[in-house]
Amino acid sequence: MSRVFASVSPFLAAALLVPVMAGGALAQVRDPAYAAARAAGQVGEMPTGYLGIVGASTPELKRLVDDINIKRKAVYAERAQAQHATVEEYAFTTGCKLVMQTQPGEKYQTPDGSWQVRGGGAPVRDSRCPA
Amino acid sequence: MKRNTLTRRPAVAKDSRMDQRETFQGRAKGPDGRLWPALQKVWRKRPVRLGVSVLSLGMVTALSGCITVSAPDKPIVIELNINIKQEVIYRLAADAGKTIDSNKDIF
Repeated sequence: MSRVFASVSPFLAAALLVPVMAGGALAQVRDPAYAAARAAGQVGEMPTGYLGIVGASTPELKRLVDDINIKRKAVYAERAQAQHATVEEYAFTTGCKLVMQTQPGEKYQTPDGSWQVRGGGAPVRDSRCPA
Repeated sequence: MKRNTLTRRPAVAKDSRMDQRETFQGRAKGPDGRLWPALQKVWRKRPVRLGVSVLSLGMVTALSGCITVSAPDKPIVIELNINIKQEVIYRLAADAGKTIDSNKDIF
């Protein structure tokens, strides 16, 4: 019995592990369309913690941005509740970090609403954002 | 005259008020059966007109004392996040960083 189990268990373990890893890996990789839109500067990070469309909007872009922002808002709402903060406060705090984490060439929005291309230096952020 | 009133109504209306004209023609008679002099109607209306003009004069003087509001020359910017305090942001910062790291697909 134990021999049977021993021979099966590696497969069982592998069968259990693969979906977990796949799921984990999927959650950590951006959708190719999103990655492309980001790299092309069609979308950018806003100080509010949400994604914005930089230039002319297309139905595809709007769907992409709406989809991500809805998912973001769900995460913000969950974490804000855990931290006893408002969704807006949590989203804003995350926005501070997201603008800071933009890569050179990516777009971000300054507090006055203008879109900027992230350069080598620090981005223009709200004065309340932590360093 | 009657033909004029029916066919040249605008011209007749321009000449004088039709009720006055009718008064002169003797068609409009008072309750006592006598012709109402045209002037009697004017006298009757004068106190009302005087009252209206006094009222409007009073409104004009009242309005001149009002505060005038002019549109600003700069666009109005509403700061939506004005209520978010810096101490809250500092408190949430560490957790926000973890949230980004564990949801890299949407950030």
